[in-house]
Amino acid sequence: MATPATDANALIHARGLTKRFANLTAVDAIDFDVGRGEAFGFLGPNGAGKTSTMRMIGCVSSPSAGTLRVLGMDPDQNGPRIRARLGVVPQSDTLDVELHVDENLLTYARYFGIRRDVAKRRAEQLLDFVQLRDRARDEVEFLSGGMKRRLTIARALVNEPELLLLDEPTTGLDPQARHLVWDRLYRLKQQGVTIVLTTHYMDEAEQLCDRLVVMDKAKIVAFGSPRSLIDQYSTREVLELRFPIDSTPALDKLDGLADRIEVLPDRVLLYTDDGEAAAVAVHSRGLQPESSLVRRSTLEDVFLRLTGRSLIE
Amino acid sequence: MTGALRVLEHHLTVYRRTWKGSVFMSFVSPVLFLTAMGLGLGSLISRGPVRTVDGVSYVAFLAPGLLAATAMQSAYVETTYPIMARMQWLRTYDGMLATPIRVLDVLAGEFGWLAVRLALSSCAFFLVMVLFGTVHSGLGLLAIGVAVLTGLAFGAPIFAFTATQRTDTSFALIGRLLITPLFLLGGVFFPIHQLPQLVQGIAWITPLAHGVALARGLAVGAASPTAGIHLAVLLAYAAIGIVAAGSTLQRRLVP
Repeated sequence: MATPATDANALIHARGLTKRFANLTAVDAIDFDVGRGEAFGFLGPNGAGKTSTMRMIGCVSSPSAGTLRVLGMDPDQNGPRIRARLGVVPQSDTLDVELHVDENLLTYARYFGIRRDVAKRRAEQLLDFVQLRDRARDEVEFLSGGMKRRLTIARALVNEPELLLLDEPTTGLDPQARHLVWDRLYRLKQQGVTIVLTTHYMDEAEQLCDRLVVMDKAKIVAFGSPRSLIDQYSTREVLELRFPIDSTPALDKLDGLADRIEVLPDRVLLYTDDGEAAAVAVHSRGLQPESSLVRRSTLEDVFLRLTGRSLIE
Repeated sequence: MTGALRVLEHHLTVYRRTWKGSVFMSFVSPVLFLTAMGLGLGSLISRGPVRTVDGVSYVAFLAPGLLAATAMQSAYVETTYPIMARMQWLRTYDGMLATPIRVLDVLAGEFGWLAVRLALSSCAFFLVMVLFGTVHSGLGLLAIGVAVLTGLAFGAPIFAFTATQRTDTSFALIGRLLITPLFLLGGVFFPIHQLPQLVQGIAWITPLAHGVALARGLAVGAASPTAGIHLAVLLAYAAIGIVAAGSTLQRRLVP
């Protein structure tokens, strides 16, 4: 695995990082570095080892083997010191449902030892930032899923972290709520906050990440910018064909029409640099797809190529 | 231990919203029990051939035992469902541990909070005891401390157990098989020496009988020669329980 030699500036530095549970290796000797100011993604299906990796970076799970440095320190030795400079958005919200929205920020600030007057000022700014100012005195229970997620993000920012860890920040949110979260994360990145996130959404990774690793079965299977991964592992375009149920043609009928062909349960993907030409060729062979669509390659195609499976099953 | 204080601060913030009801209940329960059992049942006893129990009126015999047993029950409730909620259902601890707070801080904060809660409800209970005229000695005030310690002697091992559980099914079982039988047979309502030898033996293995004996001796002003043993048993249960809870909670939260 090619990794850049920027260790000196790396906020996170991992070599051979491994996490084993009783009878399962959740993370299997992975290497990566995350530089200051970067937005770095862990992409992969459920169970790939993303959350276990995030928990080790967040100093709430001890590595079983390998080297891990976060902010230049060893999590086993300096967990609380590291965590003081991290912001963590966990996969499922851990908000205090018994407290009001603003109280959630204030109590959380106290865990960091932030003085009450400072915490109050920051809470107001953060509620503005995540557009929850008018809900400040509401019970958390009555917030929508998207609002809870934004409050969790605000809470993770209460200590002005250098490094923000987000585990599936937009899973379960509707499109509008997702775009609002993405917009806020993009602003944070502009402010110089280093962002590490996990996702199984391709569009999220493409939108937010400068660099990412693709994880599958506890290992890193590919590494690079979204663009370079697509260039490296996929063609420029993809022709998606849908055939009437139970009439998907034998693969040999499509032979030679594309660089690579993937047959999925509901559609056939033809990887080619010229999708229109391939579509014409399909019809000229007398095949009658119900629908055909030409699109650009995405990270989903990269993932399919690397693992033989689609990302969200 | 500033981390533990911040955990405590969190619980206080949450408690600020419910304290009125909780304080009210801390008075209602002893008033009801001492009226019904102490005065109601006690008036029957005072008209009987013995008239007193272990040398004092029945209500004076009952009240300090009930003080200790109530602390046991509160500790059981506080260290099962609410801990499960903060550990798993609401993931409050995961939120805390993403900050400089450590597992040790969570543990110390929880036991600090448990002690505060037990002290508050025991003080309320004690006030009711004073109103019923069942405190015969200035040393009786120390019974509040004994009640807190009795609560911790149950709360700590139960907490250690709770931290190993994934569901709440066993909590009701603890209530039915441990807490209720002890409440009924642990020397609160009648002297333990009236029970069969075997049951007496079992009662003395658990912390409740020791807490009851200690609190009763202090309240009625008859210092027991075995007070040191009672105290040692309570301290041992609490200390071993806290150490065990530290270990199970660590394994649970930071696997």
